[in-house]
Order: sequence, then structure tokens, then C-alpha cells
Amino acid sequence: MTEIKLTVNAVIRSDEVEPRLLLIHYLRDSLGLRAANVGCDTTSCGACTVLLDGESVKSCTVLAVQANGRSVTTAEGLVAGDGTMSAVQQAFRENHGLQCGFCTPGMVMAATSLLAENPHPTEQQVREGLEGNFCRCTGYHNIVRSVLAAADKLSGAEVPDSGVPNSGVPNSGVPNSGVTA
Amino acid sequence: MIPASFDYEVADSAAHALALLAEHGEDAKLLAGGHSLLPMMKVRLAQPAVLIDIARVSELSGIAIDGDEVVIGATTRHADVASSELLKAEAPILAYAAEQVGDPQIRHRGTIGGSLAHADPSADLPMTLLALGAAIEISGPAGTRTVAADDFFTGPFESVLGPDELLTAVRVPRGGPGSPGGTVPWGYQKFVRRANDWAIVGAAAYGGRVALASMGGTPLRALATEAALKSGASIDEAARLAAAGTSPGYDFHADADYREHLARVLVRRALEGKAG
Amino acid sequence: MSILGTRVLRTEDPGFLSTGGVYADDVQDERLAGACYVHFVRSTVAHAKINGIDASAALDAPGVLAVYTAEDLAGAGLKPVPPMMPNMNQAMKQPLLASGIVRFAGEPVAAVVTQEMYQGEDAIELVDVDYDILPAVATVRQALTGERGLLFPEAETNVVCTFGDASASNRDLFDGCEVTVSAVIQNQRVAPAPMESRAGAAVWGEDGRLTAWIPNQGAQGTKGALVGMLGLKPEDVRIITPDVGGAFGAKFGADAEHAVTCWVARRLGRPARWSETRNENLLVMPHGRAQEQKITIGGTKDGTILAYRLEITQDCGAYPKAGAFLPSLTILMTPGPYRIPRAEAWSTSVVTNTTPVGAYRGAGRPEAAAAIDRAVDLFADAAGVDPADVRRKNLLGKFTEPHTTAFGAKYDSGDYAAALEKALAAAGYPGLLAEQAKRRADGGTLQLGIGLSSYVEITGPGGEAGGPNENGTVEVHPDGTATVLTGTSPHGQGHQTVWAMLVSDELGIPIEKITVKWGDTDLIPKGGGTGGSRSLQLGGAAVQQASRELLDVARERAAETLEVAAADLEFDTGKSAFSVKGDPDASVPLSALAESERLFVRSVFTAPGPTFPFGTHVAVVEVDTETGKVYLRRMVTVDDAGTVMNPLLAEGQRHGGIAQGAAQAFLEEVVYDDDGNPLTATFADYPFLSATEVPSFELVGMETPTSYNPLGAKGIGEAGSIGATPAVQNAVIDAVSHLGVTHIDMPTSPQRVWRAIQAANGSKGA
Repeated sequence: MTEIKLTVNAVIRSDEVEPRLLLIHYLRDSLGLRAANVGCDTTSCGACTVLLDGESVKSCTVLAVQANGRSVTTAEGLVAGDGTMSAVQQAFRENHGLQCGFCTPGMVMAATSLLAENPHPTEQQVREGLEGNFCRCTGYHNIVRSVLAAADKLSGAEVPDSGVPNSGVPNSGVPNSGVTA
Repeated sequence: MIPASFDYEVADSAAHALALLAEHGEDAKLLAGGHSLLPMMKVRLAQPAVLIDIARVSELSGIAIDGDEVVIGATTRHADVASSELLKAEAPILAYAAEQVGDPQIRHRGTIGGSLAHADPSADLPMTLLALGAAIEISGPAGTRTVAADDFFTGPFESVLGPDELLTAVRVPRGGPGSPGGTVPWGYQKFVRRANDWAIVGAAAYGGRVALASMGGTPLRALATEAALKSGASIDEAARLAAAGTSPGYDFHADADYREHLARVLVRRALEGKAG
Repeated sequence: MSILGTRVLRTEDPGFLSTGGVYADDVQDERLAGACYVHFVRSTVAHAKINGIDASAALDAPGVLAVYTAEDLAGAGLKPVPPMMPNMNQAMKQPLLASGIVRFAGEPVAAVVTQEMYQGEDAIELVDVDYDILPAVATVRQALTGERGLLFPEAETNVVCTFGDASASNRDLFDGCEVTVSAVIQNQRVAPAPMESRAGAAVWGEDGRLTAWIPNQGAQGTKGALVGMLGLKPEDVRIITPDVGGAFGAKFGADAEHAVTCWVARRLGRPARWSETRNENLLVMPHGRAQEQKITIGGTKDGTILAYRLEITQDCGAYPKAGAFLPSLTILMTPGPYRIPRAEAWSTSVVTNTTPVGAYRGAGRPEAAAAIDRAVDLFADAAGVDPADVRRKNLLGKFTEPHTTAFGAKYDSGDYAAALEKALAAAGYPGLLAEQAKRRADGGTLQLGIGLSSYVEITGPGGEAGGPNENGTVEVHPDGTATVLTGTSPHGQGHQTVWAMLVSDELGIPIEKITVKWGDTDLIPKGGGTGGSRSLQLGGAAVQQASRELLDVARERAAETLEVAAADLEFDTGKSAFSVKGDPDASVPLSALAESERLFVRSVFTAPGPTFPFGTHVAVVEVDTETGKVYLRRMVTVDDAGTVMNPLLAEGQRHGGIAQGAAQAFLEEVVYDDDGNPLTATFADYPFLSATEVPSFELVGMETPTSYNPLGAKGIGEAGSIGATPAVQNAVIDAVSHLGVTHIDMPTSPQRVWRAIQAANGSKGA
């Protein structure tokens, strides 16, 4: 077992982990941050994308031990303390950039990183910038619109840190089908 | 999807990494970005007993001019190679090639040293460094040595790198708009069906050197093309020889003859200075 | 102003965007505490006898609780599952775990149960299966000839079932045709590949009841499947549907792994969880399409179609599933939107040593559209008539009363010609033709191709006596909120928002105050789920109907309360209140009428029959004639599914369908080698569509309502995937037709295109 200490959504976490524990599983199972999903096993689909020191990475191909001393931001961490979603998240909502939602947190994180590096992308640059994120539902059309809309919104304002400090409230594990018990 | 168990060590210097390699022998693999190694470990094609993490060895990272070469540290990430203003000015083909690797997330992790050590004959950087005539610096128990890219790759996923050695840096010639000699003409072609695939066939042209990806067990020089160019043949004529001496495999994407055809087309386009 | 028809943002989204959906792997119910993990040992070969399974090393491994094989299941009385329909060869049963023989690479052979998830992958490596390899039936041709043997010797054939009657074929079908063209074309196997792979969690309560969280397209159907597979009593099973990360037809019912996981939970007396890898998903989740089609079309030189024959061989994979039955839907839609005086079709479904084939977006109808639209283009090419003109000439005229085809499909309403003209106009067809001509004259490398598809498809079918139907329950609470129960099962379509819109429109309750529930069989015992694009036209209609009936009940209560006759009341949706006509102060809010007695109505909406959305797609591609690479530049579509409730969501459905349809045409394919070994079982190998391969889509609006439900709505979910495939395929072929190419099978991969150009060897007519 190896000791790690890292910042996740602005909260310092200390843990002992197996070296082979993938960062995606550390986030989901150890920390209860389940927005990021496992979508494949060949580092292809990007559903697991989070930010490592502000840059998008596929957390299925990062060991938790590799994140020692670093800072991780997940989709949960983009939400402000008062519940306001980030500009990228809001743009996805306003432009119907999600349907089943499985690829969405990863897509949002990839888009957040993309806009941090290129605040004024063309449509082609958005598509290329998201080539590591697969979606089966939307045909990418509204995802691209969402990212371009977010770029417009953000370019009018200060470029924010890619991760608003927040306690990273985990999802409650209750199915969304409205059923409780 | 889960690697087999392994022990994990963190190296705090290149010397420390070498010592750890010596200690653990063939059971150990070096880990930088891990984006060639970890995917193999996740499907259990690789099961090293020990991983030695060199990602934090700062002396192994960085891009700097050294005389008429640019030196790139082994753990420099593709994203940093791609966005480097220095490389765009001095070795634009390398900056361009790094931008073609995988996708943005992969480029935030994968490193030039890792890509070379992985020695995938279909990959972008091995082909490009072959075209550049790069030199690869290696450290080992016996000291340091420099291997020309031409001599570095020995087979599919095989190189001269020994299990107790550490690839420390890559040296490429200066030949960009900011270089003393000006821009060496270059071109780059990567043929894929889908965005973040490996090349079905790749071609990189740099001055009179032409390299191919996915046309054999290692990245290959298109020597017949190079010779033809030297003897004054036109680009068209020279490119027609691009497949000579190659041994492309076949898979469901492409038969061998189609790959040979692509090689000819892509080499021609690369020699015409096109990047795509 | 009605909320219907407006672009309402989804109420589902804030949760999905911030904390994420709660998919099966995310479910954290206290009943699942201490769950063990199930992993499967799977066949690495396509066809083999199992000589023995040695689990001794696995049983010694850390955390391994048990290893189960078919023997254990048989010992517990579980039986192999027979094919779902009586006309399928009943000898072709599927065991939950392979029993003595494996019939496709990926078939589950043993279940390994561990304390922790990571231990599972370690343990399955330690199970040693001894195989005696058998010849693999890798293609439908081999299945038909029997040259590689039989998958089920007891069946004495590899044929699962047939539809139509080849022996009744009219030999003279093409008499009088001046132009006749025939071709054998492939509608290739693809992988549904939803972003969420299969998973499940199960626990047995002290009361002996099973509760299982399984991603599905209809909890009631999933329950029925598990009841059958495990020999349970229906009252002992509860299915709860988590958020579902896409399905596309492949998550109906339940799979062997779900059943085994549930069984393990009972056997070990502790909750059990299962989650497959993407590799397993691409190997085992039922594949789509896989039809070989022989098309023959004939007509006169002026472009009038006189006759059409469609002969189908359906690859079912190793065990007959929905795929075996889908050709009957293909046959039903044989003529598409065209007027074809003489047409016939039949099909043969066969087993092969490959992954079983099931339903995938469109399920049988894309195959019909792809066949007829390829035939139309072949005919146009042979007759020398522009493909748009051939369509103009042969599309059925506009109709508002149902039109029954020779194949027995009763199209409810249609205006195919208008869809064609709108699409052509939006695409700028004449300009495209001019550009194409210019590029051909210039002889450049990058040539332009324009492809059309005019399609009609069947949605909301139902085998129920009385007609397709769905239930909906609406309840108004005293606090002014409302709850809706639906028998549909959304997995990205947005029913939570749209059903709330429908109720809001009737009852005046804001959508934020309306909770929509689905997918819990204890709460909603009956339901048809979501598939076949049925949900809005049946489930939405049911919810609207229940709301209206609820108002009737409420009106009676209001009349009592206000001491007037019901006829003297009017309902103001703006206030969500009844008031006496002419006396607005004499009013009572709807919610108040729920105070003394629950106010709810359960209603079943039954439609007279399925509906038939239609449209035209125009695809524009560029083909690099040196390399064969295809670039999809434009997709211009008309997809008319009647009245649109929420344009934002309808567009999303069209986008997704178009992308999947296009992907089949030029990119995606499941490939096996000649020994039945899968070559595309990872996302690195399977050419799954990414954002760079498609452009933004150009959607043209058109709404031809149906009279079959009060909404006027047909089903939009699959339409995009039906029109896009032939449009893109036709476009690619069109791009190189001047070089003599008349057909390229899907996917039009670069190598296929290049080979077609080489084979055609030069310019037509030159």
C-alpha cells in the first residue's frame, strides 16, 4: 500500500491505496465522486475525464499514486458553493448538450480544459479538441454548440480557474427514476 | 481493465531511477505518463512487478537549444512539445507531430521518451524522429550513450533500450523558421479512419529524409525515395518508390497492397510540404 | 400560451451535469452494503467443446468466494432459455453459462465471485478451461451450406426461421422492365455500444424477494425475463431502473449475466454486483443489423419503377434473439415510401458462431430503407435518370387517410414528395450538382458526392390485442405538486421533462412541481418500456389522457365544493383552479380537491395502430479519390414525425440518429476473421464515431400530424438513423460514379472505396 495526499475539488485527501488503484476508482469508490464514469478499457472514450492540475486527463489511465501531491478537479467540483454551475455546465444545459448523461461529466471536463487552453476555438477545433470523448446519444451536434456557447460566454468575462472550490458533494446514489425506497 | 498488482517506487533523480532499475532488474518498468504502458497493463499484456515513477524527475523534462540542436527531456509531455514556441521555431515538424498523438487528454500525459521506449511502429513520434535523424540519449549502469534514431528501433515494440537503461533526452537538428539555417522543408501525413486512431500509414518528410509508420515492424526510412530525390528525380517519381523495402502487415483496415499504395500517396504529399 | 411545442430545457440536466447520473454502478443503496462482485470467464474461441473447467487455482486466490459453472446452475434447476418466438427453431436454446459447448467468442463459461472488485479480474485469469476447438460457422453462407457444421445438431439445421415465402416467388416479376438491376449488398453488423456498458446489482430480502437494479428499456420486460430465466414467481421480483447510459435497443429484457448475478446473490445470501468491461460489451451485447440482401429492381427507361424483389439472409449470431425476428419488419417496410406495382420479399434467419444479434436503433427498418434506397439509386444509374427525379416519379402521393401497402403496413399519413423537395431545397441540390460537375471536369483528387434517401418507417408497434397502448398515472397532491407514473422507460430521451410538460399543459401545475417516475415494477407493474419510438405517441398520450380524466374527476369534486353543476365550472390552467363561469371569485384550486381524498387517475391510451414517420436525407461527401477516404461534409434532413412537443429534444433525437446512421454507412463495422475470432472488440479497434468525423447537421422542420393520438405525434427516436445510412452510402458511391463505380458496400472504408475505384478502372462511358 502507498500513501497519497492530494487535493480533490479543493479538499485535501489523505489515503492509503494499492499502487494499481486507478484514479477513476479512487475518485468514485474511495471518495464517492461518481460523476466521472468508466466507459471503456482502452483509454479511448473519455467518460472518465477529470482535470489534473487544471488539465484534462483520462483518469482510467492515471494511477491514484501518480496523482500524489497534485490537484484533481471533477465535474462536482465545477459547481460553486451556492450551487451555481460553471459556464460550461450551464451551456450544456441550455443547448441540450446531453441526453443519457453518461459521457457528460467527462465531456464537460474536456471542454473546460479545451477552453482554458484555447478560449476562442473554431467549430473544427472544438471537434478535434473533443476527439478523445465519445458520445453515442447526441451525434455531437449540441455538444459542439454548447462548447462554442460557453466560449462566447466566457470570453466576455475573466477566464475562471478550471475548478471552483467546493466540497464536491457526491451524488446520493439514489436512482434518478424518481424512486426512493 | 485492472492491471495485475505491482509495487510502486518513486525516483527523485535520474541516478535514483537507474539504481532502482538495477535493484529490480527485468521485473521493473519505468513510468512517466504511463499512456503507453498503463493501457497494456490494463489488458494484462504487460505485468511488471515494479513500476518506477520518473515523472517528477525535473532534470528529465524540458526543451532547450544546445548549439545546432534542440534537446528535449524524455519526460516532456506531448502537449508541451506541441505547444512549444521554441520547437515551432526550431523544429516545427516535431511540434506538429506531437499534436497528432492521440487526443488532448493523452497529450497531457504521454511523453516523448515514453513514446520512443514503447517503439510502436504505428506511432507519430518514432516516425518523426526517424525523419529528423534525431539522436537519443540513454543512461545506464555503464554510463551514457547516444543512439541515432536510425539504430534505435529494432522490432515491433522493441528498441535498443536495455531493461537497466533510462532514455534521458532526444536531440533534434534545428531547422525551423527561427533557426540559423532557416526552415528545412517538411511535410507530415497521418492516414486514419477516425480521429484518435494510430496511423494506418504515416509519412514524415524532413529535408531529404522520408520516414514511414505502419509499413513494417519498426518506423522505416523510405530509402529508395530518398535516393531518387538525391539523384534529381521529381517528387512524383521519387514517391512512387516509397513502398520499396517495406513490409506492411494487413488488418481489417488495410491489406498490404493498399498500405503500399497509401505510402506512395502520403510520401508524395509529405514531400509536397503538406501537413494533414 | 401552451408550453407544448416550446424549447423547454430539461429538468433532468442539473443533476447529470453536476453530481452525474446515477447509473447501475453508482447505486448506493444500503441494501447493497457488503456486496460481492461477479466476473465472468468467457470463451476465447468461437466454437468449441468444453472438456473441463479447472477452477482450483481461482478458488485459492485472494477474496474468491465461489466459482460457478453450468453444472451449478443446472443443479439449481435453471434451464437454458428457448428462443423468444414460437416460429424460431426451439432447439436453439441458450444456457445462462455455456454447457459443454461454446458457440461464440465471449460466451460466459463461468462466474467468479469475489469480495472486492479488483480481485475479480485477477481471479478469472486463474480459471482454466480446456477447449476442443470445432470448425466455426463464420458467415451466413457457411451457415446455409452447412460446410462448417451445425451449431445445434439437435436442430438439424442452422436455420432459425423464415419469413415470407421464397417458393411463391413470381418468376415474371420483372416482365416489361426495360431496365433491371440486381445486386447482393451487405447491411453490415454494427455494435450498439451505448456509453454505459451492461451492469447490475441484486439483493434478496428476508421476505424472499429479489430486488435488482438493472439498466433497461422497460423494467416490466426485464422482470419478465428474469422470472423466466430463474424460474421465479413474479410477485417475488422487483426491478428498479437506475439512470441508463444509453441503450439503442440493446438493453431490453435481461441477459444471462443479469440472471446469474441475481442467482449468485441468493446462493451466497449476500448482495451481488456485476459490471462488464467495454471489451465484454463489444463481444457480448447483442449486435445490430447483419443482413445480407439481394435486391433486384426494374422499371422503364424514363425512371418509373415497376418491380422490386428483396431477399434477406439474417445473421442471428449464435443464439436467436430479436435479430432473428427483425427481417419480418424489414419485409413489412419493403417498398418504403415508393409506389411499386409489383414487389415481393422473404427472409431466412440463420445462426453463426458469432455474437447474437438483437435490436439496434431502427431494428429492421433501417435495413429496409437501405435496401430500397440503394436499389433506387442503382436503378437511377442504370436508367440514366437523376436519383432525385426517380424519387419524384415514384414516391407515393400525399395522403391523409391511411394507406395500406401490399405488405400489409397501414401508413397513417404521409407527404413524401414535400419532404423530398424541402430537403433538396435546403441542400441547394442544383448548386451541389453544379459543383460536382465542375470538380469532375477539373479532374481533381477531392470529388463531391450527393446522396439521397427517402424513407418511411414504422413506430409504436404493438402486438397487443386492441392495439398498441401504454399506461400513465397522474396524481395531484394537496401541496400543489403532482406525480406522474409512466410505463415508458427513458434513457436520455427526456420523458421527465416532456411528460411534465404534458401534465402542466393540462393542469396548470408548473413543471418544476411535477415529479415523473418510471422503472420500478412495484410502483408500475405494467408498461411497454421505451423502444420502437413508441414513448411519446403512447406513453405521452397516456399521461395527457390521465390528466384530462383527472380534471373530470376533479371537476365533480369542485362542483360539490362550490355547490354548482359541473357544467357551470371552467378550469383556468393559468391558475390551476376551477371557477364558476361568470363568477371568478367562486373558485377552488385543483390541489385543494386532493385534500380530503387522493386525486389521481390511471389511464391506458390505446392507439389504432402504429404510426409512420418519414423524411428525406441529403448527404454531401467529399471523397479523396487517391486514398478512398470519405469526408462527410453535410447532412440535410427532413424527419417528419408529426407534431413536435419539444423541438429542442426532438432535434437531439434526430442528431443522434443521424450520427449513428451515418456512422454505419462510412465508418463502423464489427469484423470477425474466418475462424469467428472478433477483431473489433475494443474501442480502439471498433471504429466508433467521434466528433471529428461528422459535421453539424442541418435539420429542416416538417410536421404532418397523425390522427392516431391527440398529440398528433409519431415516433422520432429512430428516424434519423433510418434515413442517414442510405443517404451517406449513396453519396459516397455518387462521388466516384463518374469513374465507373456503381456500388460500394458499407462501411465505405477508405480501402473499400479505393478498391472500387481500381476495379471500375476509368470513367464511365469514356
